[in-house]
Amino acid sequence: MTAEPVPLRPVRPRWRETLGLLVRNKVALGAALVLLAIIVVAVFDRAFAPQSANAQDIADRLQAPSWSHPFGTDNLGRDILSRVIIGASVSLKVGFLSVGLALVVGTLLGLLAGYYGGWVDDVLMRLMDMLFAFPAVLLAIAILAIRGPGTSNTIIAIAVVYVPIFARVTRASVLGVREEVYVRASRSVGASDFRLLTRHVLPNAAPPIIVQTSVSLAFAVLAEAALSFLGLGTQPPNPSWGLMLAEGREFIGLAWWLAFFPGMAIVVTVLCFNLLGDGLRDVLDPRQRTLMAGGGR
Amino acid sequence: MSNVLVSARGLEVHFPIGGGGLRRTPAGLLRAVDGVDLDIHRGETLGLVGESGCGKSTLGNALLKLVPSTGGTVTFDGTDITSLDRRGLKEMRRRAGMVFQDPFASLDPRRTVAQTIAEPLEVHGLHGGRRERAARVGELLELVGLDRSVAGRYPHEFSGGQRQRVGIARALAGEPDFLVCDEAIASLDVSVQAQVLNLLRRLQRRLGLTLLFISHDLSAVRHLSDRIAVMYLGRVVEIGPAAAVGSDPQMPYTQALLSAVPLPHPAMERERKRIVLRGDVPSPAAVPSGCRFRTRCPYAFEPCPTVDPALQPAGAAGQLAACHLHGVVGRPVDEETPQGIAPAAE
Repeated sequence: MTAEPVPLRPVRPRWRETLGLLVRNKVALGAALVLLAIIVVAVFDRAFAPQSANAQDIADRLQAPSWSHPFGTDNLGRDILSRVIIGASVSLKVGFLSVGLALVVGTLLGLLAGYYGGWVDDVLMRLMDMLFAFPAVLLAIAILAIRGPGTSNTIIAIAVVYVPIFARVTRASVLGVREEVYVRASRSVGASDFRLLTRHVLPNAAPPIIVQTSVSLAFAVLAEAALSFLGLGTQPPNPSWGLMLAEGREFIGLAWWLAFFPGMAIVVTVLCFNLLGDGLRDVLDPRQRTLMAGGGR
Repeated sequence: MSNVLVSARGLEVHFPIGGGGLRRTPAGLLRAVDGVDLDIHRGETLGLVGESGCGKSTLGNALLKLVPSTGGTVTFDGTDITSLDRRGLKEMRRRAGMVFQDPFASLDPRRTVAQTIAEPLEVHGLHGGRRERAARVGELLELVGLDRSVAGRYPHEFSGGQRQRVGIARALAGEPDFLVCDEAIASLDVSVQAQVLNLLRRLQRRLGLTLLFISHDLSAVRHLSDRIAVMYLGRVVEIGPAAAVGSDPQMPYTQALLSAVPLPHPAMERERKRIVLRGDVPSPAAVPSGCRFRTRCPYAFEPCPTVDPALQPAGAAGQLAACHLHGVVGRPVDEETPQGIAPAAE
């Protein structure tokens, strides 16, 4: 028998195939491009912002959008476009880091609870239930009241709120996957628990977690807004979208642009996260893959 | 080196029923496997037959420690596997493989055929190096009659028969001595069943495998096996050479089972007498006392409810049956501690 090597990997590299399919999915591609643009602007905020975020010009206050101030100015004469751009870095940082933290911790806990069951499940999930019993904003307020306001504490507070959600979603998904015959089949050839969890259970339990991540990113941006609105998140005069929304609320009848532009920034970002999440879920499933690659949509 | 590769003694797998939630004491006990003695010889194919729910799959899983046993012992090549440590268990898993019933469920949909087949190689550090492993995967694919070019494909791109071949290739990757085929052809089309059956037979001869072939299809088992074991309600009730058990069964249950198989010759088929059993299989949660077949047995007599029959020589050489018709042998049922709730035989 000739010992000619065969590809162990998929015929085409998986990431290239994934990227190819994502490009075919026009909605997800659009969302990804918009998000990429938002992230680039947020990372290089100082370069993109026409003015400093906190430069006041009282004579120019509450100006409607114009060529010199495309998004108008606020009640202290600060350029809203510059504040939206600089606020993007704060809002996205809080969103990504808090959801990232919650994703890692929650998924790990849910994976252990769902896979091992028994007392591990009981202890972990009762803890999660206790966290879950608090209204989300109340819990975040309590954490911020104990630890004091500020960006990093806001990240921790939002992460704590989302950990039980990720734990539950992961556990539910794992409960289904761990009973699959292919998991038992892998055990029958000697695979360790670690291998089963990382190679078989987690990848197959991932789709609802991916969707939950995109939804949570959206909600985290809103949560940051709510906490800043209550004075516990980002502290003035630094801008974040939520804080700008809160400050703009007072002038909503007089100058709509104060709340409108940060609000639109939140809406567009949140929408793009959701659309991208849905697209990723479809693209990462090999069964859907062939359907889409074959027939197209 | 003993002639026996796998051996079970008094093997029990009992599952607690109910008792979920806050109640920690189970409401009952489901005796899926209840005192099985079984020796599987090196290089033989042992067919294991029985109705659905008689515990044959659970027995197959317990022999590989894929379900925990609650009593008795299983020895694999002289080693008691019920008390193996992690390393010993891993080595045992390399030497004993399993082919599963449903080829649509037994392959991870997110992994390519090559990744699935290479898993045992990675787990046990065999054929180190990417090129060597890829070559070995190609060999295995050809061994089971697939083209090596399919390695990069996903399971959903294959038919049931092809998937089952992939499952067999995975089970063979670690060069096992022992293979359990758990209803491996039951969910395939009839034409494909024959192909997979022949593949198993060819592989068994070529690789010198010891095969436990679990099936409810008596004719498939007769075709493939050297010996046949018949299970009823968690117990092996008859075992012997395939020709003897398949043509002259000594246990009334096997006789009934055999009489249900259609014969190929029209004249013989017209002559075939069917033994129709009354009633259903009793629940494994309430096993009848004494002989567990007595509630449906046309020949049941006095000792059946009171003496639990042991396997004893009956019929051809090497044939054993657990039936008092061949002499009342077995353990008397202790009146003080009943084995289960015994519905009165009519």
